[in-house]
Amino acid sequence: MTIRYRKERLDRGIKVRTEDIFALSSYKEILYLVLPRALPVLFLLIFPLLKGLVGLYWEKVLIITCITALLALSWDLLASVGLISLGQALFFGAGAYLTGYLNHSFGWPPLVTIPLGTLGGALFCTLFLLPVLRIRGVYFAIVTLTLPLLLVRVIEATKILGGTEGLSGLSRLSENIWVELYIPVLALFLCLFGFRRLINMDYGLVLQGIRDNDLAVMSGAINIHKFKAQAVFIAALAGAFPGAFMTHYYQFVGMPAFALDFSILPLTCAVLGGVGNFAGPLLGAFILVPLSEILRAFGTLRVVFYSAILIVCVVGLPEGIFHYLERKYHQFERLVKVA
Amino acid sequence: MISYIIIYGLVNSVTLALIAIGFSLTFGISGVANFAYGGFYLLSGYLTWMLLNYLKLPLVLAVFLTVGIVALIGFLTYWVILLRVRGIPLSEVIATFALGVGILELFRWAGFVTYEFTLPIFIKGGIEIAGVPLDYQRLFIIGIGLALVIFLYIFTHHTRIGLSFRGIAQNEHTAISLGIESDWTAALSLSLGSAMAGLAAIAILPLGIISINVGYDVLLIAVAIGIVGGLESVPGILVASLILGYAQVITGLYLSPEWMMVVYLAAIVIVLAIKPSGLFGKFKQLEERV
Repeated sequence: MTIRYRKERLDRGIKVRTEDIFALSSYKEILYLVLPRALPVLFLLIFPLLKGLVGLYWEKVLIITCITALLALSWDLLASVGLISLGQALFFGAGAYLTGYLNHSFGWPPLVTIPLGTLGGALFCTLFLLPVLRIRGVYFAIVTLTLPLLLVRVIEATKILGGTEGLSGLSRLSENIWVELYIPVLALFLCLFGFRRLINMDYGLVLQGIRDNDLAVMSGAINIHKFKAQAVFIAALAGAFPGAFMTHYYQFVGMPAFALDFSILPLTCAVLGGVGNFAGPLLGAFILVPLSEILRAFGTLRVVFYSAILIVCVVGLPEGIFHYLERKYHQFERLVKVA
Repeated sequence: MISYIIIYGLVNSVTLALIAIGFSLTFGISGVANFAYGGFYLLSGYLTWMLLNYLKLPLVLAVFLTVGIVALIGFLTYWVILLRVRGIPLSEVIATFALGVGILELFRWAGFVTYEFTLPIFIKGGIEIAGVPLDYQRLFIIGIGLALVIFLYIFTHHTRIGLSFRGIAQNEHTAISLGIESDWTAALSLSLGSAMAGLAAIAILPLGIISINVGYDVLLIAVAIGIVGGLESVPGILVASLILGYAQVITGLYLSPEWMMVVYLAAIVIVLAIKPSGLFGKFKQLEERV
């Protein structure tokens, strides 16, 4: 008879020790707890300061990465309520166009238009999506996929908001490059830690409950439509802000704001990184966006590449990179004899 | 003017129905929203073009080959990808969407974007009906559309596979307990839906050039008509196609052709506000699910 083995997975000792107040007992344990949280934060805070070292080009990549990460976080929040969005471009475009319109028509400064554009864009998207929230299943995905593609056509046909040429010559965000660099980073922190906090509160529990079993939540005398609408509004805020920011950053808003790229790239980031705890999409964005800058020479083949990643991840690595790394960090595996 | 609206409205409606019916059929039977539909549609167009131009096959043979190959691809899509993520809506949606975008962008990258990519029309020439000129290709589209609806009716009411399709659509668990295989049926439904995308492509694409954006438009049209009519209901698709088809022709005539896409948005917004599950849609409202 052959001896057979199975894999056993156990928590590391240090993980068990640091779960409680004993964390304070040694530097090693404190670092075990703090490092994974502090390192990314420090990296993001310091990276803009290294402008002379890494060059302006990679600083701009950082901005794009933060923007994509915000859209991916917004996607993940919707996914925690069980709503699958295929059109993050809807949020992005709504925020971008409203901000651009306010600046173009009334000449208001970015300090006013960006908050107004974010709020107004989010409100617009929520109102548009409100009827869909009453239906289960893939309807949300279908409607979010169609809306940005159709809104582009409406702008093209009606020639409102600048038509095919868009609105150009908008005022610049700030002459100070540090403002342009740090605003997306800070917004990303706010969203990441805010969302993580939100989903761990009772409020977030209700949201996750709606995803897992909406009827059970309803039977708890909770109005799930209200919660869903609020979740969509919060996610739309996180999705509209990047649009509002990019409008003033490029000093231009046009039909590319509703382009499919803004839908599929955040989606790929979230799926690659891992759905569910907001750190995954962030990790995904910081892998994919710099990678796609390096692969810029391949042109549209990059989208094919995203699609391949999506399919492989969905079928082969459904937990995502983040959850995989997290498991390796907290647990070890060994072979055990099967009796 | 009236006869123009009636005739071209009908042509437009049948075109829309041809595009939308494959998507709706797959969704109605297996519950899989095939977001790769636009990709399959365009794939069929390019496949026919390649068979005609590279292998110099006769048109009829190329048509049958294309429909067969696309049906096989649909079947394999289910068997290779979707089977592994069945029952997880998130993964199903993402996988099919990624597949569709992947196919379309692959063709864009490969350079299939110039004006030489057109499919031949079946028979040149045309006739005049009530003072309105109409070419034979558009007549063919009407004929194919009608034939397809009749074929589908007979198929789903009088054949073994068709009846098992309806069984799975009505109640999956009961159907399984009666010996109907769920996965096999779902794979066949995806295959049938893809074949219809291929058929629609071969009938409709000769009217213009094949371009990548057509693929996205087709998905958009299929989905828009699904939302208006009710995603899983074939009568709903037909009625929605008639409404949108005529509305578009009238809009195009009195405003301008660019406004035709606005009709979809207006229709979606109105239908979602009044009856979110679509005109003929059922079992989608949360309240009705219990």
